[in-house]
Order: sequence, then C-alpha cells, then structure tokens
Amino acid sequence: MSLSIQVKLNGESRAIDLDDPRVTLLDLLRERLELTGTKKGCDRGQCGACTVLVDGRRVNACLTLAASIDGATVETIEGVADGPALHPVQQAFIDHDGFQCGYCTPGQIMSAIGLLREARVHGDPERVREQMSGNLCRCGAYAGIVEAVLEAERITVDQRKRGAA
Amino acid sequence: MNPFDYIRPASIDEAVAAASEPGSAYLAAGTNLLDLMKGGAMRPTRLVDITHLPSLNAIERDNDGGARVGALVKNSDLAYDDKFARDFPAVAEALLSGASPQLRNAATVGGNLMQRTRCAYFYDTASACNRRVPGAGCDARDGLNANHAVLGWSDACIATNPSDFCVALAALDAVVEIAGREGRREVALTDFHLLPGDTPQDETALAPGELIVGVRLPGEAATLAWHSRYLKVRERTSYAFALVSAAAALAIDDAGTITDARIALGGVAAKPWRARAAEAGLIGEKANVEAFAAAGRAAFAEAAPSGDNAYKIRLGQNIVARVLARAAAGTPHELPALPASPFATAHGELAHV
Repeated sequence: MSLSIQVKLNGESRAIDLDDPRVTLLDLLRERLELTGTKKGCDRGQCGACTVLVDGRRVNACLTLAASIDGATVETIEGVADGPALHPVQQAFIDHDGFQCGYCTPGQIMSAIGLLREARVHGDPERVREQMSGNLCRCGAYAGIVEAVLEAERITVDQRKRGAA
Repeated sequence: MNPFDYIRPASIDEAVAAASEPGSAYLAAGTNLLDLMKGGAMRPTRLVDITHLPSLNAIERDNDGGARVGALVKNSDLAYDDKFARDFPAVAEALLSGASPQLRNAATVGGNLMQRTRCAYFYDTASACNRRVPGAGCDARDGLNANHAVLGWSDACIATNPSDFCVALAALDAVVEIAGREGRREVALTDFHLLPGDTPQDETALAPGELIVGVRLPGEAATLAWHSRYLKVRERTSYAFALVSAAAALAIDDAGTITDARIALGGVAAKPWRARAAEAGLIGEKANVEAFAAAGRAAFAEAAPSGDNAYKIRLGQNIVARVLARAAAGTPHELPALPASPFATAHGELAHV
C-alpha cells in the first residue's frame, strides 16, 4: 500500500511517499529524511526527546502517525537557527548549562520554543517546571533548563516589544 | 506494531461505514492508540483516520449557557478557551492536570473518553488480562495493585479509568453525542463507561462502528462556575495519572447554605465515579469542614480494597473534603501554576491532604 503526504518541513514544501502506514513522524524524520536531530528516547510519549512542532504546536513525534499529518507544517531542531545565528532558546541553553549529555536537548529546545509561543510562563519558574514536565532529562540539568527558558522568555518578550514599537 | 490498512474517510458516514468492519479502530491523535499498538496490547487491522473530517473541531455555546465541544477539539485548545474555562473551570483544571503539554496539544476530546486503562497488566501482553483477552484471568489481583480500583470492581477486573477530563464531565452531567449506522444518539457521560462485571472487555456504551462526535455540557453546569474545582493526588508533581482525584461544584446561597452539589471521583473505579449520595447529603447543609468530611465518608461508603490499596479509601475521603473546601472558597480567577495540585495552596487553606 502506497501513501503520499505533503508537508511543509522547516519551511520547505515536501511531497513524501510512505512505504508503510505504520511510520511515525519520528521515524519518518530520522530514518527516511535523515533529520536525526530529533531524538528517540522512550518511543512511547513519556520522555519528550522527540518533541517537534506540528502546525506551530509542540507534540510527541513518536506518537504521531506520519500518514495523518498530511498538509501540516513541521518544525524540527534542524530548522530553528538562522544560518550561523542560534535561536535564542539554543543560546540560552548554552549560556545556562541547560544540558549535560545533550540527548534530550533537541526535544527540550523544541518544547521550550513551543512553550514561549504559548506565552503562559510570565517569568514564573514554577510554571516553567510544570510546562516543561513532558521533557525528561536523565542527567538532571533541570535547574539550568529552567533558567534557560526564563532567559529565553525575557529575550523573546523584549524582541516582541521592540517589534511592536 | 502489526500491519494495518489506513483509511481516511471524507465524511462521518464514510467513517462509520469503514469502522463498522471487524478489526477496525478510529485514529484521532493516536496518543494512546499508537502506544498500545507498539506494545501489542491493541492490534487493529484497519485504522480509520478521522483527523481530517470537517465539522468536529468547534467549541460552540448555546443560548442557555451550555456548551458543545467537537470530538476533535484538542485538550489544550479547550482548557485555554477563555470563555469555556470561565464557565466550566473544573473541566479546564482537570484537563490541565492531565498528561504533558505535548500530549494535551495532540489529544482530543473524543480520544480522552476512549482512552484505555493504564493497568500495567493490560499493557503487558505476557500477563493475563480479562480486559485484553476475555477469560484469560487477571494477574493484577495478586500482582502490584496499589493503583487499582476500590469502587465498582469485580473478580474479573480491578482496573481504573485514567481520565481527569471525564471526572469533571461526570460531575457536571455532560452528554456524549454519538454517530452510528442508525443515525445519531446521546448517552450521559456517567453511562458511557461500563463497570467490569463479568465482561471487562466491554468498556463503553459504543456499538461497533459508532463514533463520538461531540460532548455537551448543560447550561446548568455553568451556573456552578463560581465554586468549581478539581483536585488530583499523584505520585509526582506533574505528568502522572491520578492515584485519587475529585471534581466538585457547589452552589451556596447568601446564608452559606449549600443548594446544589456535584462530586465525581477519578482513579478509584473503571469509570469516572459520580458520588450522588455524598451530593445529596450536602444539600441544605452549611458549607463547612464537618459537612465536607461527611461527604468524603459518604462518597466512599461502599468502597473496598481490591488489593494493596486500602489507602485510597482514606485518601479519597480526604480528597473529597479538600476539593469541596476549595470549591466553597471560590474558583480562582487564574489557575495556579500547578493545576489541581494539593501543593498549590491558596491563602488560608488547610495545608494537609
């Protein structure tokens, strides 16, 4: 059975043939499209390492059937930097030691980007912890992650204000 | 994952026809279904993808203050809909206490009603489970069962329903709208999920092929919005299923007398458990800790441990008393950072569970 889907992936329109309807978005990215920045941790929706943005919202790619996202916009870690300039969330993770081994980091960063778009943190570390609870870090870099997200929020809000001025 | 045919119907009628074939399952977000399929606990031979169906995505309001929520509305879209959250705050709080932000962004209203138990023996295909394989036996009975049911369980099955959303819906007399080959019908949410009895494999009131198209909340539920909360105790602060949870909604007159009361329990039975006797006992009482403690005892009067879980009865009594105290104190203008958490205390609230 042959299935074909159309997605806008990191800004580029792609027509993709699926050889099997069982393919998840995670396996499509990693195994078919060679976008291995998105990580497979638990593959069961528990760890958040596979977090990507679908139609601008963070979701678990491991629990998303690729066939069902026909027509969607997908953003992955490979698409967030502007050439050599890191995304503010990427830079904040470096500045605040928001990782150790780095395996969960692409998922953490995509989740944080989604969180900042949702705009419900308001500088509150408790809300950051709650809203990042779908992303596990086995190295335990949570303190740095929370600081990084708060810093990225400050930068993002400043940028929005300047953009509006 | 077993091989399956993938079908994307263009209409509800087409979907119902396709899903009426044996071995079919509906696919919405798939956050529970794909997990179960990866582990082999579910092996549908045909997935009917309803995510591209039009007309199931709306949050609509009616003239008497009620709401109709389409089956494909995402959990987060419903919880963060300002008007909906203002009128049905316990529903919003329940939704935001469940799962993770990623899952809430994907998971749908209909899917939430259809999610399967999180009993580990149901998930583990090497274990005996009457719910997964009728007649196979129940390894939970003599297994690790501290998280299992204390109300409505049977010798065949002691699993619980994991939903938070459904607990608040049960308290507020929600109605499930269903499409089938015979047309449309409605089922009260409290009648939608079934207790196990001798047939735990029969989990809902749906006939083969029937599709949830929406959930309705009556206008009367919105009149309780001033005193409406959800409280959930779990093994970690966030992103965990309930050990015990409760939704409560009250109407209190100017003299401090309770004129209407709604209570439903989560994590204690195979369905969201409406505690009607506890509600009846509150009507005409003053809204105070003695009345709330009595309601907690009444809610669990028929409870019995199904294993290593007698603690849930005492915990549940206290959760009921506590959620009633929170509801009586008034719905907050903004949900706390940790929705439904006993650790998110408001000023003046008793700080023990």
